[in-house]
Amino acid sequence: MNTVLAGGFASFASDALNKQVQVDAIGLGAVYALMAVGIGLVFGVMRLVNFAYGQLVMAGAFALAVASGHGWPVGVGIALCVVVVLALSLAMERVVFRPLRTQSAAVMLIATFAVSFLLQSIALLWFGPLGKTATSLVALNRPVTVLGAEVRKISIVAIVAAAICVALLVLLLNRTSIGLHMRATAMDPSTARLLGVRANMVSIVSVLIAGALAALVAVLLTVQYPTVTPTFALQETILVLAGVVVGGMSRLVSATLGGFLIGYASGILGGALPSAQSQYLPSLLFGLVILVLLVRPDGLFTRGRGLVERV
Amino acid sequence: MRARRATVELLAPAALVVGAALFGAVVSQTTEVYVVTALISVSTVVALYVFVGNSGVLSFGHISFFAVGVWAAGVLSVPVAEKPATMPSLFHFLATTTVGNVVSLVFAAVAGGVYALLVGLPLMRLSGLAAGIATFAVLGITNNVLRYYEKIGPGLNTFSSVPETTGLLQAAVGALIVIVAAFAYQRSRLGRQLRAAREDPAAARAVGVSIYRQRLWAFALSGLLIGFAGGLYIHFIPINVDAVYLDLTFITLAMLVIGGSTSLWGAVVGALFVSALDSLLAEMEAGLNVFGLNIDLPEGSRIVVVSAIMALVLILRPSGLTRGREFSLPRVVRRAEA
Repeated sequence: MNTVLAGGFASFASDALNKQVQVDAIGLGAVYALMAVGIGLVFGVMRLVNFAYGQLVMAGAFALAVASGHGWPVGVGIALCVVVVLALSLAMERVVFRPLRTQSAAVMLIATFAVSFLLQSIALLWFGPLGKTATSLVALNRPVTVLGAEVRKISIVAIVAAAICVALLVLLLNRTSIGLHMRATAMDPSTARLLGVRANMVSIVSVLIAGALAALVAVLLTVQYPTVTPTFALQETILVLAGVVVGGMSRLVSATLGGFLIGYASGILGGALPSAQSQYLPSLLFGLVILVLLVRPDGLFTRGRGLVERV
Repeated sequence: MRARRATVELLAPAALVVGAALFGAVVSQTTEVYVVTALISVSTVVALYVFVGNSGVLSFGHISFFAVGVWAAGVLSVPVAEKPATMPSLFHFLATTTVGNVVSLVFAAVAGGVYALLVGLPLMRLSGLAAGIATFAVLGITNNVLRYYEKIGPGLNTFSSVPETTGLLQAAVGALIVIVAAFAYQRSRLGRQLRAAREDPAAARAVGVSIYRQRLWAFALSGLLIGFAGGLYIHFIPINVDAVYLDLTFITLAMLVIGGSTSLWGAVVGALFVSALDSLLAEMEAGLNVFGLNIDLPEGSRIVVVSAIMALVLILRPSGLTRGREFSLPRVVRRAEA
């Protein structure tokens, strides 16, 4: 597909630019994959689609913006971002997720929809519709030359950070006892509880990990989009949710791949389409999502029937 | 007894609507605007209920059909002379046609219904999360196309010069039409089959209910009604494409869930309750004087309160204010059961 697109705009897209588009798309895919891990992890353990995940990222981004507005050092800003996002995640888990644990998936989805609007409107009240600017890390937007291609540093940082996080998570899930508990809960919550897995502990840990990833995503996204508004990361969350369902929610791996794929696709299409057509990019992506869901409702990367639905 | 109970189930929501309209007729001009908004919300939420309530399947896509209704009624009823100002690149036949109020509402309903039917044909095969995300994708596509495709509407411009024919009377009559249609549907053979499938899909299938077909009918009818509601809305205030996207989706779902999503009564109560609350908060944002106490909320606190209440209702009472039951008089119920 890529050669077709590149061929169509040969004058516009030289080989080097093409490499650049590729790396940027993989970088975007990496950021989306991180969000997909955060959403997929919480879904696996609690059977809850967290629509409010994007607002965690938004809150973290505002923390960064406030820190940069005060002229605090970058480290302090990132620390503030992590603290804010983790505190918010814990509060969300305690106040919303836990009381709703026994409810149907639809009720939980609408509840997180409400939480997402609540946080968004609080941000609107607090910071206004124009938002604030986070400038402390924009230096990462500068290009470096890698293998003859001009690549923005942030794309490389995003790819490396995502790879490290996923590797750490795999180690945690497979090599520690809390990871074992989480996998057991994801597979069969009631049996896991019977065998002595502490449900609250497991859900708190998964929400904290998801929160830490949201903080990282906030840092990565503010570099590319320094203007932080109440709708920051909203579009990304919708796309990642679609990607996660497209990939398949029954396993973390397939959900993550789905998230990566939609980020990569949107990066490639956004980079390759001429501007007259690129305004219809969301339609194209959503159309693809619907198409995949019709062909593989349980997910692109799953085998057999998913465990989500019965009828 | 059964017939009497059915009458009560229809009359209670209808009476609520008539009561609200009468209230709107005696209050000041500014309050009347709130009442008209509330009545249009009743149409919208009841239309959404026809699908979501009867099928138990969540849809984030219904505001697409509302938006299509807005576009159909809006484009068709702007006078030909006014069209070039906001919609310079319309298709020729759209640019040269203008229809009256009622005809434009019919077109809005038909456009919503046909679009929902077309979308539903493939989508109703899905269920659960896949269905939720797919309907969301429909909303995304609709919004994206309406935003940039200027041959069928104003694009990013605001719809102006649409005749403002939706007053108290039209809003109330519209809401009553939608309520009667929803009631007739849920008591019909089709409606009962779909409700049976909601309660127990496997058992419904075993007695020969085609869940796909029933969901599709409900989806199309629901799209038709919500398209009609969209037509009512554009004849009330000029709006642009941002007014028919995520915020409206959220508030409409919130009204349905807060009222109780499995009953017509719940849909009407939810719409009126949230509208009343929203109007009150809007007044407070503007500065309201209650018994010498001056309340002045900061701009934007309405949506904070509404979403907090929605989350609270879901946590404390997930089946909604009415517990998802139809309205019934206590005495009548006891006799019917005996």
